[in-house]
Amino acid sequence: MTGLSLWRMPGARVIGVAALLFLYLPILVLVALSFSADDSLAGWSGFSLRWYRAVFADDNMLAALRHSLVVASCAATFATASAIMAAVALDRARFRGSSTVEALLGLPLVVPEIVAGIAVLLFFVLIGFRLGLISVIVAHIVLVIPLAYLPIRARLSGLDPSLKEAAADLYAGPVACFRRITLPLIRPAIAAGFMLAFIGSLGDVVVSYFVAGPGATTLPVYVFAMVRMGVSPEVNAASTLLLLISIAVFTLSSRISRRFM
Amino acid sequence: MIRKVALLAPAALWIGVFLAAPLGLMAYVSTLQRGPGGGVIWGAHTADAYVRFLFERDLSDEWVINTDYLRIFARSIWLAGVTTLLCGMIAFPTALWMVFQPPRQRLLLVFLVTVPFWTNLLVRTYAWILLLRTGGVIEHAWAWSGLGTLRLNILYTPWATLIGLVYSFLPYMILPIYVSLERLDRRLVEAAYDLGATKPRMIRRVILPLSRPGLFAGGLLVFVPGLGAFVSPELLGGGKTLMIGGLIQQQFGQARNWPFGAALSFVLLALVLVALVVRTLRVRGRVLP
Repeated sequence: MTGLSLWRMPGARVIGVAALLFLYLPILVLVALSFSADDSLAGWSGFSLRWYRAVFADDNMLAALRHSLVVASCAATFATASAIMAAVALDRARFRGSSTVEALLGLPLVVPEIVAGIAVLLFFVLIGFRLGLISVIVAHIVLVIPLAYLPIRARLSGLDPSLKEAAADLYAGPVACFRRITLPLIRPAIAAGFMLAFIGSLGDVVVSYFVAGPGATTLPVYVFAMVRMGVSPEVNAASTLLLLISIAVFTLSSRISRRFM
Repeated sequence: MIRKVALLAPAALWIGVFLAAPLGLMAYVSTLQRGPGGGVIWGAHTADAYVRFLFERDLSDEWVINTDYLRIFARSIWLAGVTTLLCGMIAFPTALWMVFQPPRQRLLLVFLVTVPFWTNLLVRTYAWILLLRTGGVIEHAWAWSGLGTLRLNILYTPWATLIGLVYSFLPYMILPIYVSLERLDRRLVEAAYDLGATKPRMIRRVILPLSRPGLFAGGLLVFVPGLGAFVSPELLGGGKTLMIGGLIQQQFGQARNWPFGAALSFVLLALVLVALVVRTLRVRGRVLP
């Protein structure tokens, strides 16, 4: 090597650090302001939890938070279950139509959210499906299936095929083989996929905005409506709550996948 | 085989019934006549929704060219394009810097870039309102540090939308470039130096070509959602920066013109598919010479 300085990129370093600051400063400002005692929304005048108290005293906001958690849990559970089945079926499989199915599973990632929201709304209206929490869950399952599917699929294709062959040699049927060999090995990926699906559902505002009927408002939709009215310290606190839930779940999922995969 | 079909059925059927079929329905609705008080008249077909995109009826009931909607599409494509370009210009050096860090720090940096990727887009956009608005955090901090008064006047302009879009989608650009550089063979860099290349020349001739797949992948990941963006223009752009997403939403909200909204959605979807096909062809052209 001609000396370490050749590997250093001072310009790149400046831009890299600036990019990280750019990514994090707005989030940090939001979190800090949500703990600020005054309501100037720009300055700091001491620590206070009053805006969180305001959030937890607001029945509409609490209901929205509850809706969000129910929707995310239901959508992530169903999406993960169906993603496990699909990933097992498509693992190392080349049959007619397998690439079509694979493309179908990736479709929700490609369609712009606004188009997906409109299309599903039209569909619900046409078949006379009442808009409410169920319609949000149905739409969210579509959105988050790929998020659950991709990590499970990646983990499955990284498994040593001889493990399954050994199980088959020892007279394990396909079901026993799945329960005793495959499932324990892909469990971390299932956990990671479930959590990503959960955050995906929790973060969605566009599709929920269209398919959530009256009385089924999720927290992001509620916050969106409030922000359109104007900024307020309560919104800061509610936003920080959403932010912290998704960061916590994501950190957990990435720890799981790093430790076990 | 039957077992495979049964295993695939829930996921495939769910997406088929609740996304693919609705998209088909949307295409069908775009060919229908608008109902008198909103909604549609089933079975009454017309190309009005698509004609309306370019023409409107004037007072004497003649069709005349109307470029309003075309302008909104052009603005969306332009904003998404500039966003992609800016993200590329920030993300390339950032990824380069990340790749040359020691392994432990690299993992941490990848994690730090991934976190915003998974945090709530709405919340991250909202944070920019706090920063940019009149009397907001930036103006406040400026005055507080004794630099005098600053009037940003940037919120509810296209510039704010642009900032929001770059902010939203920057991680989508950094990560693919990082992945394409991660397995960079350092001997190539050494060879370039041994052959007398200067640092800028080495970056241009060795690293940039190697990161091209990541740049293209990232470009697509930024351009496609940027084109259909709804949250950033809606919250940061105000009424003046209508993009395709907001226009579509209006047709189902105030304007109550479902066929037109469906037609706009369909055109947006077509633009996205064109971008994807172009990308697939480019990749194929490279892999199979």
